[in-house]
This record gives sequence, structure tokens and C-alpha cells, in this order.
Amino acid sequence: MDLQANLAEILAAGKAAANAAVTPADIEDVRVEFMGKKGKLTEQLKSLGKLSQEERPKAGQLINQVKQELQDLLNERRDALKDAELNARLEAERIDVTLAGRMAQYGGVHPVTRTIQRIEDYFGQLGFAVKEGPEVEDDFHNFDALNIPAQHPARADHDTFYFTPQTMLRTQTSGVQIRTMEVEKPPLRIISPGRVYRNDYDQTHTPMFHQVEGLMVDKNVSFTELKGILHDFLHHFFEEDLDIRFRPSYFPFTEPSAEVDVRRKDGKWLEVLGCGMVHPNVLKAVGIDPEEYTGFAFGMGVERLTMIRYGVNDLRAFFENDLRFLKQFS
Amino acid sequence: MKFSEQWLREWVNPQLSTEALAEQLSMAGLEVDGVEPVAGEFTGVVVGQVVACEQHPNADKLRVTKVDIGADEHLDIVCGASNCRTGIKVAVATVGAVLPGDFKIKKSKLRGEPSHGMLCSSSELELSDEHDGILELPADAPIGEDFRVWLGLNDSTLDIDLTPNRADCLGVKGLAREVGVLNQLDVREPEIKAVASTINDQRAIHLKAPDGCPRYLGRVIRNLDVTVASPLWLQERLRRSGIRSIDPVVDVTNYVLLELGHPMHGFDLDAINGDVQVRWAQDKEQITLLDGQTVTLQDDVLLIADEQKPLAMAGIFGGEGSGVTSDTKHIFLESAFFAPDAIMGRARRFGLHTDASHRYERGVDPELQATAMERATALILSICGGEAGPIVEAKSSDHLPKPAQITLRASRLTRLLGISVPAQDVENMLARLGFAVTKSAEGWEVVVPTYRFDIAIEEDLIEEVARVYGYNNIPTEAPQAALRMQRTEESEVSLRVFKQSLMAQGYQEAITYSFVDPKHQALLYPELPALTLPHPISVDMSSMRLGLWPGLLAAAGYNQKRQQPNVRLFESGLRFVPDAEAENGIRQEPMLAGVITGSVQGEHWADGTRPVDFYDVKGHVERLLAVTGAAHEFRFVAEAHTALHPGQSAGVYRGDTLVGFVGGLHPQYEKTFGIKGRAFVFELALNVIRARGIPTAGVISRYPSIRRDIAIVVDQQVLAGNILESIRKVGANQLVDLNLFDVYTGANLPENKKSLAIALTLQAADRTLEDSEVNALMETVVQILKDEFNAVLRDS
Repeated sequence: MDLQANLAEILAAGKAAANAAVTPADIEDVRVEFMGKKGKLTEQLKSLGKLSQEERPKAGQLINQVKQELQDLLNERRDALKDAELNARLEAERIDVTLAGRMAQYGGVHPVTRTIQRIEDYFGQLGFAVKEGPEVEDDFHNFDALNIPAQHPARADHDTFYFTPQTMLRTQTSGVQIRTMEVEKPPLRIISPGRVYRNDYDQTHTPMFHQVEGLMVDKNVSFTELKGILHDFLHHFFEEDLDIRFRPSYFPFTEPSAEVDVRRKDGKWLEVLGCGMVHPNVLKAVGIDPEEYTGFAFGMGVERLTMIRYGVNDLRAFFENDLRFLKQFS
Repeated sequence: MKFSEQWLREWVNPQLSTEALAEQLSMAGLEVDGVEPVAGEFTGVVVGQVVACEQHPNADKLRVTKVDIGADEHLDIVCGASNCRTGIKVAVATVGAVLPGDFKIKKSKLRGEPSHGMLCSSSELELSDEHDGILELPADAPIGEDFRVWLGLNDSTLDIDLTPNRADCLGVKGLAREVGVLNQLDVREPEIKAVASTINDQRAIHLKAPDGCPRYLGRVIRNLDVTVASPLWLQERLRRSGIRSIDPVVDVTNYVLLELGHPMHGFDLDAINGDVQVRWAQDKEQITLLDGQTVTLQDDVLLIADEQKPLAMAGIFGGEGSGVTSDTKHIFLESAFFAPDAIMGRARRFGLHTDASHRYERGVDPELQATAMERATALILSICGGEAGPIVEAKSSDHLPKPAQITLRASRLTRLLGISVPAQDVENMLARLGFAVTKSAEGWEVVVPTYRFDIAIEEDLIEEVARVYGYNNIPTEAPQAALRMQRTEESEVSLRVFKQSLMAQGYQEAITYSFVDPKHQALLYPELPALTLPHPISVDMSSMRLGLWPGLLAAAGYNQKRQQPNVRLFESGLRFVPDAEAENGIRQEPMLAGVITGSVQGEHWADGTRPVDFYDVKGHVERLLAVTGAAHEFRFVAEAHTALHPGQSAGVYRGDTLVGFVGGLHPQYEKTFGIKGRAFVFELALNVIRARGIPTAGVISRYPSIRRDIAIVVDQQVLAGNILESIRKVGANQLVDLNLFDVYTGANLPENKKSLAIALTLQAADRTLEDSEVNALMETVVQILKDEFNAVLRDS
């Protein structure tokens, strides 16, 4: 048989084998069979030595052509089979991605905390430090130092939970202002969030609720600045330029005093804050000279702000801790 | 305080609608809480007179009347009221009238008799809730006149919620003054003339407690008829101010109270033995009050007394037996000034609160007694007849409040308000409010009127100026202050970070009451006494919490009862532990606590429903504590807690300090809190877990680490934590990781034994560890475990 015929036969056999291959490993077998050390084409190359000097280049060229052709086919088939194998694997591994993941729950803070954190952030930006204090208070910090002496009618308005005539659950977080001013000297900028208590329980009162009080004492703090900071706060808190009004009011620990109302969508005014310029007696009680320093203070009910902000209708929902209620604020 | 708008407008009448007036008062610090019409909506009601009244032929309870309303013919009206009789003046709803509730009056027949209108009761016109019969009008009521117009019913009741400092506005007189200032109008005060005495009867008055009562005026009025009714106009004024008519003497004193803001009291003269004295009560002295209760007094309670007995608790409440009754013929009328300090808090002490005490403890004008007395005398004489004696005044000038004199500096005014108010305006405002103002170099010298008990210092005057100037007219300004950074301690983890860790682990934050059910606390913390509220909302809210578990467990049970079986809740807040050493006898410690119950992740399609267990909550706590960056400082030690399952309870320690507990709720308390299945809890002291280490960077070893596994067999009771701790001690700084990766009990092991598989990863910072070194270390480990825990290597 001449070389050409031989090569044609080998190529045909190689092509048939390559096309019959099912896996990339089969392709490798075919490669070894034809192009391995003892492969059929390798044998042909080895036999080149038997040819004459003139015939050799031509024959070599022929063999290499066939080898290249077969190699290309094998490469092509290998790639195709690899792709098919990968695709088969990927198809086999197809899953339902719409099924639930593992441990997917995420909790959340209580809406009251959410409001307190927002308030802390706003005032934190202005350099107000957060201060906390005890909830079982004495009459000095809860009343006397705040210019509410014993027998003062304002005490009757507080529905205080007394333990003894001298100790009680704090009715306001203002005591924290006193405790702060006892140890720190002006200039001062603080807010004190926390639980406060009044002996009152009905649709619109719970015996425990939250307040944030703020205090700024410096050389020249004025009522216009008090108005400015609270205007800004309310606009930022509600993210709306709602109407705000300051109404004269009375708190024993501030003079002048004001209550602050916001106008709701229905046109009604709703009280959200109490505030005023710190009463000189309060400054004196903690050893600050009211001639040298002036200050303002404000206090807000956290539940009230939260109710307006998120449309909560029932105050008592805050302390029932129903997960269905709480999860709305996650 | 409620009052009639019409009454106020008699004193001062600004060109403002009712709403605008209410708004103006609110914006001046006299908050108007409500505005209500004084009568229902009705039309077509006129004054009439019953000219004939006969029994209805067909009905026992009805009468057939003829009523004159000034028209050509008398109206036939059938009436069922028992007080209907010939001659009385009545309110007649004529045909075509519309009464409240859109009730139209038509011609009709009642049991065969024609009825062309209706005689009205006060409740039908929504004047009051009274149902006894038809309204009887005074004899001088003009027949035919529109009833609404005649009685001035186009009026509103304004309800003002006065702050405790504004006692001066607890009367129309004071309110009128305010309205005058706000509108720059003069106030028309009614003329109150002195009543000349016609008899000489008088009672001597002795001020035995001049500090409590520096001025007392008394007057005898004889031969009164107190059985007559107060005139309708007076009754109406009282009604519109929320006060019921009682008898003419009480009505008149109430009228003066409303008009001038001055409380008065009428005694039955015959009940007073001899002279009148104002004195402090003796300790434990008793008095029976008008409401029948007998109270025991202290020596700081002021009394009106005669020579033998107390007659009244001064400025608060009258005594039984000395008050005016229908049999009273002669009265002794009191108009006194009691010092606020002598009244403050006393009424509350005895559970009382009266219009008089409300005013006296806030301050009544010490110069108003004579005016009030003359006003009341004239009114009483005009209603009840009688003869008045001279006014007897007892006073102690030394004890009467002196008008305060205050310096108001223009500079202070500007500094505090942040605006400059023209001097002329300041003077005007203060003058209209009744202050005597004199200009000085710095600003003004101001004398405070006697009715303003709330004005004591310069800031009080500044508030007055700001109030009248209008808070809303004061501009807003951004506060000015030096920029100073706030310290934030890197060595302290903020509460927010802990909360975020718990949220990321599926916990919702709860806020529970700080007072809990004492029964729950007694179960969970039987060894700790709790602080108890003497006057709680209810018994189950009376015990200050000793920990956060009672509230959280109750919340978990609450949710499970509402189809929320899987609960993860946390809370932060104070616990209250009685401690004689602590401030106010109570240690108030911030805690962070949580509860989980139900299954780990509900019913999961792949992982099924696994109920939560101890290692879930422990894992949560470990992850929580990892935010301190010092997880290795915490140890979990098997330790009992009264609230927890004795076999599933661990104390958490940081070094040697107990930080809190983790464990399974004791099964016997599951039912107490309504919890289905097991509940696991933790509680940690925030102040101890907050501390965070500041990292110090070390060298990362470039040499390979070597892992060696051992399997040992020990008694079931041996705690893994103790074994690992011993290994750590041996491994010292070459042991870079230690992991217990398998616990096995069962086949191939003797009963009461368990096998633990532990991986040690060893590494040196400066070289590759030699096999010989590692082997030596492993031998030491095995030997130590044998010595300390009787551990044997498991054959592999």
C-alpha cells in the first residue's frame, strides 16, 4: 500500500474514532492511539527513515498534514465534549432559587428607640452629648433643684410614683441636667433620653413613657436661638417644613417658658415640646452664676413624636411588644 | 377654668371673633382648651305666659293650657310637666320652631286636644341635663321676646387651662386685664359701691396666725331669706362657668369668685359662739367638714374658729354645722387673704380640691378683700333682703405681702430674648399689665401689682414682655457656640453596636415596664427583696424589676398567645436592686437581656423545624460579646440560677467578674409566663461588657502551622470547657487554635463515658516547629488531661 492510501485510511479511522468519542477521556484515548508514542501516525513518522532522501520531505509533509488535521478535529471534539459535560453538570445542579434562604430573619429596634436615636443624631451633630441618669430619683434632683419646692402646686400635676416622701420614680429626665451640671461646668450641651414615670393609665397615658430633654448653657444663649434650634429639629425630624408655633407656658425650671405646637395635616395644632430659658434658680442650685451664663432647656415626649411620625394610633401598643407591631419598624 | 365669653366682653370687647379671641388667649399663655356653645341650636322659642292651665279631659298626666306670647290670640298647648300652672312665664317653642336635634314643632293634637307649640324644659334646649319640669322664667321676662336673645344665649363657654403661675387670671377681672393688654383696650370695670351698714351688729376678729392670715374681713348680715332662688341671670352666669346653683348665699360667693377671682365664705351667724379667730390647728385637732368627713389636723393647718370650736378649714373647705342652710336667718360673711404658704399642699393632704384652695394656694390679691365683700353684700341684699352690719377688718400690716420691686435691665432683656424691644413698648406693656414702671439708667424700676404672685425676678418680667410682644414675633436664629469635639471612648462599645449585633441575629427590641408582677419576681428571684411601689397602677405592676427576664418572658408569652410561636426579643434598661450602700438605697444597673423560644428558623423547607436550645442562645451571646474584640476574656461556667434549669445554666464571667447568666428557663416557670415549649434567656451587665480592648498589632508568623488531633475518653460529667482551658495553659503561646470538633457517646464506649475529639493547631512566630517539639507538647497535654480529668486516649 502506498503512503497516501495508508494515511487516508488512518485519517478516516481517526476521524471515525474522534466522532465516536463520548467523553473528553475518549478523545485522549484516540489521541494516544494515533499520535501517542506508539500511535499509528507516529509509526508512520518513524517509518520515514526507510524512505529515500528525495521522498522524505514530501512524505513527512503528508504525514504532518494528516496529523494536524486529526489534531484539530480532536481539539474541536474535546472542546465540544467538555462543554457538553459542563452543561450537563450545570443542568443537573439546577435548583429552585426562589426557595427561602437559611437564617433569614433580621430583627429591629423598638420604634421608641428609633426615634431616640434620630434625636440623638440630630443633636449629636451640634455637639450635644448624651447623658443618662437614675430612674429612682430623690426629691432634690427631681423637684427641689428644678425650682419646684415641696408644696408647689406643680408637684400635684406630676402624678408622682413615690417610694418615700424623698424618693420616687423620676417624673422627668431633667434630673439628669442637674446631675450633669453638678459635675461639669459650662459651656454645656447635653441631651438626656430615658424612661419617665407618672401614675396615670388610660387611652392616652401610660405609667411609663420616654422623654428626651436638652440643655445648652453658654455665655450668651438666647430665646431666639432656642427657637432656631427647635425649628430646625422639628423640620428635620418630620422631614417637612410644617408650621410651628411657640406658645407661652409655665414650667418652674424655665423662665420664659414655652410650649411648641406643630400643625397637623388636618389643620389642628398638636403640642410636641416644652421649653424655655433655664431659670436662674436652677443655675444657682448647681453653682452656676446666672449673670455669667444663660441657657435654654427643652423636653419632648418620644412616644408622641413617634406616633405622629409613623401613624401609631394607640399609645399602649408601645409596651405590649407584639412582634407584629414591632416588625413594622425593622 | 370655664367662663362665659359674653361676661368677659362686658369688661372688654375686642373686635375679634370667638375663635380669634380663643387663639389670642392661647398665644398669650392662657391656653384655651375648648369652646362650647352655652345652649343647643334652636330657633322659634319665645317668652310666654301661661294664662290658663286645666286638666286634660282624656289624660291624667297632661294639662291643657292657653299661653300668651304677645300675639293676637293665645296658643293652645298641651303640656305634661307637673310644674305647669297658671301665671308662670315659660319658654315657648312656637309652631315652626326647630329645637336641638333638628326637632321641628308642628301643629298637632294630643289625645284629641289641639297643641300649637311646646313649653320647653332646660334639657330640651340643651341648657342643662335637668329633667324636672319646664323652665320657669322670672316674672319680669318680657312676653313675646325671642328667648335666645332675651337670655343672651348666643354665647360660648371658654375653657382655659391655666398654668399654676397665673392665679391672677382665675376670674373674669384678670382675664379682662389680659385681653385689654393684648388688644390695647381699656377695661370697663363694673362699679362696686360700698354698702352702707344699716345695723351695728358685728363680730370681733382675732388674727392669731397673722403669718397665715394677715387680713380678714367679716360682716354680719341679718334677716335674710335664703329660700328664694337666685335670679336667672346669675344662675346662667354660674351655669356657663360650670357651677351649679345651690342657694343665694353660695351662688353669690361663687359669682364673686368667678368675677373677681376672690373666694369668700358664708357662715350661719347663729353657729358662731362669740368672737371669730383665725388660728393654726392644734396637732390632732379634728374637724368635720361640709361633706361629712371628719379629718384629723396637724398644726400647720389654718382654721377659722369661734371661742369653742373650729368652724372651717381656712381657704379650703367649710365645716359641718357652721354653713348656711335653708333655716339660716343671719350670716357672717368672710372675705380674707390667706397666704399661699399657709394653704399650699394642705387640701391635697386631705384629698380635697376646692375652687377656694385652688386660688388661695396660687395667690389671691391681698388688696381685693373689701371690694369682694362689698360686691357680695350688695348682691345678697338684692336677692335675699336683710340688713348689713359694718365691715370689721382685722389685719397685720407686717405680714401682708409687700409689692415686689424689681430692676429690669434693658441689656438683660436683649441678652435673654435675643431681640431688642423698643423702650416705649416695654413700658406700655408692663403698665397695662398693672406694673408701676419708672425709667432708670440701666432700664426700669418696676413695682409688681399685688395680684401677680408669679413675678419675683427680672426673668419673670422678661417673660411678660416676650409674651405680650408675641413669641411668634421673635425671630429664629442658629445657636452660636465654640466648636468643641466630643470625646468618644474607643475603649467602650456603644449600646447601639450591641443592639445591632442582636438585630442581625433576628432579635426584636422590646420595651417592657420597669415595674412587674411581684409574684413573678418572687418565683424567679426568691432570694432578692424588690423595691415596691406603695401606690401602683395595679398590684401586677408594683414591683421594681430585679432583672429584665420577668418583662421579657411575659412579652414572649403574650406573643405566643397571638400566634407568634417563634420569639426573639431583647431589651436594655435598668434593673433595681435594693442596696443600702447605693445612692437612695437602690442599685440601678443597666442590663442587656434577651429571650428566645420556638424554633430556630420557623419551619424551613430544607432544615426542618428545630426547637431552639441552649447552644443557640449561647451562640448569640458569644457573637454579641465578640463585638468587644475580647471574646477570649469571657468564660461560661456551669452555675445555678434560681430562674434557670439547673442543668442548663451558665454564669458568664469576664476575668473574675460575674457578668450575667445564660440558660434555659426553669421548666416549672414556663406555664407562669404562658410559654409553649422551652425558652432560653440571657442577661448581661452592660457596664462590664462595654469595655473593649485597644488592639496592639503583633507579628504574623511566616512559618507553617501544624495540626494535631487527639480523641480522649472521659466521664460524662467532665466539662469540656475545663479540658480546653487546661490545654490552653499547656499550649501557651504556641497554641494558635483549639477546637473541640466532636462529642461522641454510645456504642464502643462504657456507660457514663464520652469521647471528645480535639484539634490543636500549633505554630511558632520565629521558626517551623520540629516534630519532636510538637510530640513533646502533645505528650504533656495527654499527661495533664490524664492527671486532671482521668482522661484516656481513645484507640483509633
